[in-house]
Amino acid sequence: MSALSFDQVSIKLAGRTILAGVSFAVEEKEFIGMLGANGAGKTTLMRAALGLVPLSGGAISVLGRPATRGNASVGYVPQNRGNVASLRLTGYDIVASAAGGAGWGLPRLDAAMRREIDWALEAVDARALARRSLSEISGGERQRLFLAQALLGRPRLLLLDEPLISLDPAHQKSVVEIARRLRDELKIAIVFSAHELNPLIHAIDRVLYLGAGKAVLGAVDEVITGPVLSKLYGAQIEVVRIKDRVFVMAGDVDVERDAHRHEHDGARHDPHHDHDGAHA
Amino acid sequence: MTAPVTTLITITTAPMLDYDFMRTGFAAAGIVALLAGIVGFFLVLRGQTFAGHALSHVGFTGATGAVLFGLPPLAGLVGFTVLAGFAMGLLGEKLSERDVAIGMMLSLALGLGLLFLHFFTSYASQAAALLFGNVLGVDNRALASLAILAAISLAALGLIAKPLLFASLQSELAEAKGVPIRFVSTAFLMIVGVAVAECAQIVGVLLVFTLMVGPAAAALSFTRRLYAAVALSAALALVEAWGGLTLAFYSDWPVSFWITALSGAVYFASLANWRGMGRASGEAERRA
Repeated sequence: MSALSFDQVSIKLAGRTILAGVSFAVEEKEFIGMLGANGAGKTTLMRAALGLVPLSGGAISVLGRPATRGNASVGYVPQNRGNVASLRLTGYDIVASAAGGAGWGLPRLDAAMRREIDWALEAVDARALARRSLSEISGGERQRLFLAQALLGRPRLLLLDEPLISLDPAHQKSVVEIARRLRDELKIAIVFSAHELNPLIHAIDRVLYLGAGKAVLGAVDEVITGPVLSKLYGAQIEVVRIKDRVFVMAGDVDVERDAHRHEHDGARHDPHHDHDGAHA
Repeated sequence: MTAPVTTLITITTAPMLDYDFMRTGFAAAGIVALLAGIVGFFLVLRGQTFAGHALSHVGFTGATGAVLFGLPPLAGLVGFTVLAGFAMGLLGEKLSERDVAIGMMLSLALGLGLLFLHFFTSYASQAAALLFGNVLGVDNRALASLAILAAISLAALGLIAKPLLFASLQSELAEAKGVPIRFVSTAFLMIVGVAVAECAQIVGVLLVFTLMVGPAAAALSFTRRLYAAVALSAALALVEAWGGLTLAFYSDWPVSFWITALSGAVYFASLANWRGMGRASGEAERRA
């Protein structure tokens, strides 16, 4: 049984084709790096796997069942999180808001829920961190808390949407390390989207590359090649390797770096990014 | 000559609660402050304070319209604010947070309210009461209405509190986990409508911020814990409302002025406190 499989999936949003007949299968306990230019559909693909986006064709199955909203066996860390006021609350209270899923009534925590929250915080080594308010910790530390939150309910598939965005290299490394450790210790499959391959290259099992409505899943050496990426970008792409780093170039532009920079030129203001400083 | 002086002394030195209108005023202010402090906390957490402000202006239209048709202003207030909250919720989270759309609704509503007043020129004092509040004008019937509406609102808020909190803190994750975002936010804006209407009775539609937003924003600067912040928000609103009444009784200045003064003082003190909290923990971190 695959952790996540797409079978001829097509998605149109506001008349624009995001995915056109995409098929791939992520196996259990696999760590997948998902890459692609801005607008290639990385976030849409994750939202579709969560049952939040209607398909115009094909089928998605998650752990052998059709993708539906509210599936407890899928953990999710969305890219755009929270708001300014919530930064004043402790990490614990933020994490705990997800405990028990989508129930009604007063937000009460029983002993079992508290144990579950403690376990999840322990899994990412964030119990001390959770006592402070979000505004007092770094972007990388916040990312650890959101990972802990995604672990509530003991998922078998984790979808992490750009968890490295605007983190400095040291924090990027620690987030990737924690994700890899979670995969090893908890035996969960992880789909981890990113703008750049290099921070992930040593941790991932395979890479899922999106572009031009298509997706290619395979080993890094098979996918990150000139011919494959040229098709996905619809432009002449060269892959340059320097020691163990890989650069994807269109002409003389590093497309991954370029995509990353555009993200931050946008008007979108995310308060979570304020304390991180270096936008590596 | 001595009789009026004696009367004056008796009035000023007599305990406030000997007066019926003061007892009613305290009860009304207490009910409204608790509702506003709790509902306002979620409003601040969700970053929808401007929506709350706009709802109060819609309430002005409702109240003046009700007066024009010979209905109690509270009925018009609540009717309009709850309907407007419902409409805002249906427009969707993104749209209802748009400043321009809300700002236009706000001026449209005040303009209509003005037109209603124009048809009923003898109600200038009514207009002042609506704009700046008249807690001492609350009668027993209005008090009962305030209590019942507050109880219903708090019960409804209790039912949606968990998904509301989840959606307020992390809307995308909550959506993925199956929280009906649109339903929850619409229900919440209707509850806000009731709270705003009740606040307008105490401090007037122009000063709703002072009880709905001030205490909640201050509470978030005094504590990092969720439940403590909700409780503190309600407590601050209560202290500010009752404090305002007391100060007004002894100074003869308007109640609404005193409530805004207290709310403002607490809020600005909280800003200073938050900076202090940030520094202290920063130092602790460096030492560690």
